[in-house]
Amino acid sequence: MSERRRPRLAVWKFASCDGCQLSLLDCEDEFLTLADAVQIANFPEATSTVEDGPYDLSLVEGSITTAHDAERIRKVRRQSKHLVTIGACATAGGIQALRNFADVNDFIAAVYASPQYIRTLATSSPISAHVPVDFELHGCPINKAQLIEVISAFLAGRKPAIAAHSVCIDCKRNGTVCVMVQGTPCLGPVTHAGCGAICPSYRRGCYGCYGPMEGPNTAALAREWRALGAAPRDLQRAFRSFYAAAEAFSAESEAHDE
Amino acid sequence: MTNRTILVDYLTRVEGESALDLRISDGRVTSARLNVFEPPRFFEALLRGRGYAETPDIVARICGICPIAYQMSAVHAIENAFGVTVEGQLRALRRLIYCGEWIESHALHVVMLHAPDYLGFPDAIQMAREHGDLVRSALALKKTGNELMRVLGGREIHPVNVKAGGFYRPPTRAELAPVAENLARARETAVRLVRWVATFPFPQFERDYEFVALRHPGEYPFNEGRLVSNRGIDIDISDYETHFEERHVAHSTALHSSIKQRGAYLVGPLARYALNFDRLPESVQGLAREAGLGPVCRNPFQSIIVRSLELVYACEEALRLIGAYEPPAIAAVPVVPRAGTGFGCTEAPRGICWHRYQFDATGTISSVRIVPPTSQNQPSIEADLAAAATSVLDQPDEVIRHHCEQTIRNYDPCISCSTHFLKLSVHRT
Repeated sequence: MSERRRPRLAVWKFASCDGCQLSLLDCEDEFLTLADAVQIANFPEATSTVEDGPYDLSLVEGSITTAHDAERIRKVRRQSKHLVTIGACATAGGIQALRNFADVNDFIAAVYASPQYIRTLATSSPISAHVPVDFELHGCPINKAQLIEVISAFLAGRKPAIAAHSVCIDCKRNGTVCVMVQGTPCLGPVTHAGCGAICPSYRRGCYGCYGPMEGPNTAALAREWRALGAAPRDLQRAFRSFYAAAEAFSAESEAHDE
Repeated sequence: MTNRTILVDYLTRVEGESALDLRISDGRVTSARLNVFEPPRFFEALLRGRGYAETPDIVARICGICPIAYQMSAVHAIENAFGVTVEGQLRALRRLIYCGEWIESHALHVVMLHAPDYLGFPDAIQMAREHGDLVRSALALKKTGNELMRVLGGREIHPVNVKAGGFYRPPTRAELAPVAENLARARETAVRLVRWVATFPFPQFERDYEFVALRHPGEYPFNEGRLVSNRGIDIDISDYETHFEERHVAHSTALHSSIKQRGAYLVGPLARYALNFDRLPESVQGLAREAGLGPVCRNPFQSIIVRSLELVYACEEALRLIGAYEPPAIAAVPVVPRAGTGFGCTEAPRGICWHRYQFDATGTISSVRIVPPTSQNQPSIEADLAAAATSVLDQPDEVIRHHCEQTIRNYDPCISCSTHFLKLSVHRT
């Protein structure tokens, strides 16, 4: 009668597109196995069974953009033994962090007829700006194989095996011809690996949706882009997208203010 | 006088964050609201100053479940502004990747999110204990949709291969061949799903909707067509704003879409089906009849049948497109920016996704308007809620609550998409 105690998994959503938690449902081959290995205690997108904490592992999607959410993430942290952020929004603020470079009141007025109804913070910030985070999984969206690895690692009590090198290494491994040497500007040399170097395999430059790698030399890459004909505006846009608020990219984007 | 308030703090098995607030007074529903507290991300603001070339990548992030819908509406709008037409195999590839999105999105909703309602399970995981074979087959069907997205787009969520003018790299025939094999199996599963969901217990419930969808001269609509309704609307997509409006209403900060001087309307599978039944192949029409549906279905609880029929259609259409595929001579039609306004409207899994962009001469965006399907359906959802709750008023709160949740899930609402949604007041029990 006593069922073995299964680790309790929770999935939380903050400001996001849902894509990273959808990655869990996109694990078509593994999902039912996972649902057997862990107890899905809180995953409202997938199940109406919502159980109270504490949770062994909380996966957090989305960034903090409201005072209410800033309070809610603290509550999630208190109930969670381990807290892992999944994706660019939770890890770096996401595309919605473009407001950090503008006046949020101007943003509100551009979308809503009655701005006084809208309560939002001036910035979109990562989860780590509010509570301690045990591991950050990068990507917009995350790679589902990496997600399974992270869940498995935490359940086994080991460190996730997630490489921190640049996209370039993966292109070499895949045998993909460098797009930059063919004249296409690419953020691969400064971008965190993890996607599998998809864009160059589709003959386009990487657009940095896994954020900065460890110790990126963005200034050197910017010079290469200029040599290929990129204007300052192109560089600013490139560094100011899905990881706009990550320090290395935000600093480089500011270096190209016109 | 008896007052009852039924609240659901956090709706489950929908994409995004929302809550239900139902008020009953003296045996009458006095208010039914879908409150959405998804924080706004201000896409229409953050797109200003961005270039046309990066637009498909940015708008994809509005929704992880239907990124192709946003990318497609955006590229059509860009091409419309710059006077570019995409035809032949590039156009066919766009339909093909859209088939992939319909398959993954509809399969997710039909089996993982919606079917458990009819059979009394809290989720597909529990449902799999009794219907394991079907759930596993449906997951394989969903995986085939994702495979199509991955081959054509590079990945399932936020594909990287779509651009104005076409694609960065069109697929080879060899890349598509294994997908075709899986699609043939996926079609069989979709047919099984139609027959399975047709046996579900459906409440006797019909509403007289004004359906709005695209209509194309020869195709069941994905990317192109005129905007039509069953009450006489028949317009070019660029005239959308003449006939439809969004209002920032007082009881909620959700922008409610409505037809001017007329009110609520319905977009999505029921609308597409009712307005385009004659565009479905005989195979799908026959299955519909077998499932007990006529050419129009006004029971939103039966939308699960229509979604399943669209799954069959998307599998068949994908197979047809792959069978006729010849790699195009060029990956993309050249696009030269110019100042102007462009419109795009395509059929997202949940209904029409309408975009308008204004560009300067360099192709930089100066203004944007994006109308996602779920915000268009919000007034219809609330009207359904009031009617559905009324039909079970003599039941205990728990029954009413579940019935209302199911009523909302009939729409497969995608709250994350709906950049316009925000809750004004939070009711917590």
